[in-house]
Amino acid sequence: MTALLELSGVQAAYGATRALHGIDFAMEENSITALLGANGAGKTTTLRAICGMVRTEGAIRFAGQPIHGRRTEHIARLGIAHVPDGRGTFLHLTTEENLRLGAYVRKDRAAVARDLERVYGYFPRLKERSHQQAGTLSGGEQQMLAVSRALMLAPKLMLLDEPSFGLAPLVVKELFGILRAINAEQHVSMLLVEQNAAMALDLADRACVIETGRVVLTGSADEMKKDDAVRRAYLGY
Amino acid sequence: MSKKVVTVTILLIAAACVLPFVVSNYRTFQLTLVLVYAIALLGLNILTGYNGQISLGHGAFYAIGAYTAAMLMDQAGMPYWATIPIAGAVCLLAGFLFGLPALRLEGLYLALATFALAVSMPPILKSHLLERWSGGVQGIVIVKPDPPAFLADVGIKLNPDQWLYYFALAIALVLFVIGWNLIYGRIGRALIAIRDHHTAAEAMGINTALYKSLAFGVSAMYTGIAGALGAIAVQFVAPDSFTVFLSITLLVGIVVGGLASLSGAIYGALFIQFVPNIADELSKAAPWAVFGIFLIGFVYLMPTGVAGAMRALLGRLGRGKLSPPKEALP
Amino acid sequence: MEAVLFQVLAGLATGGIYASLALALVMIYQATHLVNFAQGEMAMFATYIAWSLLNAGVPYWAAFLLTVAFAFVFGVLIERIVIRPVENAPVLAVVVVFIGLLVILNSVAGWIFSYTIKSFPSPFPAALGIRYMSPHQVGALAVTLVVLALLYVFFRFTPLGLAMRAAAQNPVSSRLVGIRVGWMLALGWGLAAAVGAVAGMMVAPIVYLDPNMMSGILLYAFAAALLGGIDSPGGAVLGGLVVGVLENLLGAFVIGNELKLVVALVLITGVLLVRPSGFFGSVQVSRV
Repeated sequence: MTALLELSGVQAAYGATRALHGIDFAMEENSITALLGANGAGKTTTLRAICGMVRTEGAIRFAGQPIHGRRTEHIARLGIAHVPDGRGTFLHLTTEENLRLGAYVRKDRAAVARDLERVYGYFPRLKERSHQQAGTLSGGEQQMLAVSRALMLAPKLMLLDEPSFGLAPLVVKELFGILRAINAEQHVSMLLVEQNAAMALDLADRACVIETGRVVLTGSADEMKKDDAVRRAYLGY
Repeated sequence: MSKKVVTVTILLIAAACVLPFVVSNYRTFQLTLVLVYAIALLGLNILTGYNGQISLGHGAFYAIGAYTAAMLMDQAGMPYWATIPIAGAVCLLAGFLFGLPALRLEGLYLALATFALAVSMPPILKSHLLERWSGGVQGIVIVKPDPPAFLADVGIKLNPDQWLYYFALAIALVLFVIGWNLIYGRIGRALIAIRDHHTAAEAMGINTALYKSLAFGVSAMYTGIAGALGAIAVQFVAPDSFTVFLSITLLVGIVVGGLASLSGAIYGALFIQFVPNIADELSKAAPWAVFGIFLIGFVYLMPTGVAGAMRALLGRLGRGKLSPPKEALP
Repeated sequence: MEAVLFQVLAGLATGGIYASLALALVMIYQATHLVNFAQGEMAMFATYIAWSLLNAGVPYWAAFLLTVAFAFVFGVLIERIVIRPVENAPVLAVVVVFIGLLVILNSVAGWIFSYTIKSFPSPFPAALGIRYMSPHQVGALAVTLVVLALLYVFFRFTPLGLAMRAAAQNPVSSRLVGIRVGWMLALGWGLAAAVGAVAGMMVAPIVYLDPNMMSGILLYAFAAALLGGIDSPGGAVLGGLVVGVLENLLGAFVIGNELKLVVALVLITGVLLVRPSGFFGSVQVSRV
């Protein structure tokens, strides 16, 4: 079986500053992979590299197809939905308009309408706020909106950049529960970047540890939880 | 200033002094206008090139300078040379006053406000409220000044065109020396700092408000003096000489000549004086088409203008390699 | 009193035209944060196309639609060819490019069609006139309102309109949902040019057709857009009507017709000084 996403020797730079020195990993269909690492290790850049948001070298394959060097909008059309850091909300549009934009590239109207209801089912609070300007939503609601917007693409793969950032613990728990449900029910694979390594490892099947732009460790989430170095560095016990 | 630059400058000034004796009267008149434009462009460059405030309305200050000179000569019978400093002073004040509100406007909005000023200038000049002094739509005709008598007394014979050329040359030299001192001194450094890093300049203790309105005033003064000289040279002012296209001509001058460059004012002046004459033979519209194409072409291909290209060229000749132009587009 | 009413209604008719052009400016401003100084000349050029079509015997409304289509394509091409290379350049460079465009369009129009003033027909039958308004004034106002309504429906209710608004607001997120942001900008330019063309064809019977016909109109449109808030389409429309009425009232009763343009200058500098965000615009906070 070919991997859903495969990165080999991916390098990226912001101007003269190299952020990635050669990232290699692969993830299978219908799986959740967590990227762990300190601040500035290159986790966010890895997600951006996959989406064509930074200049990259090396090979990136999605469902067997090379996508490196493609435009961001093109990659999105292939079924990769990115929930960026900072959530990327369209602040001046309504909640529902944000969600409709998520489905912008889909032509099957009936299925889009079904997905909209499904998303509202996961996040009833968004339905209550459907005609409110997205900028007026709380941080937690905006994060739910960002996940929902990504979901409206009917993606094969979701890239989640710190979904727990700035959220209250209870909200994070709720959100991660829903992410698990989405993975189970809709067979959406996820690549998750998280500061909260414990939560990420609970959710994920596999994990990669990134240090200074390189993958230094890969393994199943359970192995990782037991690994002493990972525990000391990222789990704090 | 390096020794080489001094030598070249002195040679150029010497050449400028000889020119009226080797070319026709009409060419001398055209060269006078080149000097006039060079002064105006230097003024615009102080504001837009060095200080980064975009003005699309400097034709308005040129018009104010021109009308001040013309009205003083026509109404008050003032001698032409006395009108120059007054035109400068009037424009200094006008520029300073327009610059005060302009302080609050960032790039694009300042461009808008000055554009509006330029478009509104002809109707203001035509207005019947000013007609008694401004001559309304007809404008004012000025008499061409004769060379002063003392020159003939000491045996120097000049015709009026030649005399006006030297008069303009003298004023241009004085204004360029002042401009040079301004730009390469404390004030110039402050202006450039404000252009490149507004907030940092403020944090360093530069009074940005003062410098910006000062730049506006001085810039308008230069352009106003040019306007007065220009009016005397062409012996005529009328509202339709000062449309928004005059402002655009000045913009063409600094973009082609080179933003934030003293010598660029001269290249730009030569360009806006002579290129339309050449293009004119094609069609009445051709000069403007050429201006437009040069505007866009320079932004794409040569953002440092002719002055930047000359610097690069001289650098290559001097050191055998291409030196990067220092003063990029703000 | 009757004279005032007369001026107010005349002001609304021209104000509608300013409103359309102001809307064109706002559309480009929203997408790029730039003010298109060449918007007026683009409209002027399109109006000459209409004039040529009419001269060739094309019926008015067919010529009207063809001109709008031409303007749309022309706007798209200008964005793609001329504006795209300076997208991220400093403001000065972009302003210079706009001015270059203005000058080129103006001179090419003069070159092809000559600088002599031409009359331009009004398509509206005499029956449309009411007591205080000429047929053309009524018709122009109606056409303007139809254009505004169409734009509203387009931006509010169609997926493409939504995508264009999204691309203007947040290009990064727009790409992430698969929107081709570059094309949305080009489309915005096309729409703005089309709306401008309508404004040109509606104003030409009043001011007559010549290459400089739009300079004053553009100034009023600037004033209208700024008054309403340069990033607010609704504000631009209202601003246009207010400017039209103000211009007519002040021109007729206070300062005289010859200084009408100064109203625009005073409004522009006044709004910029007192309330740069206009009456409906969002206040811009810049990070340092």
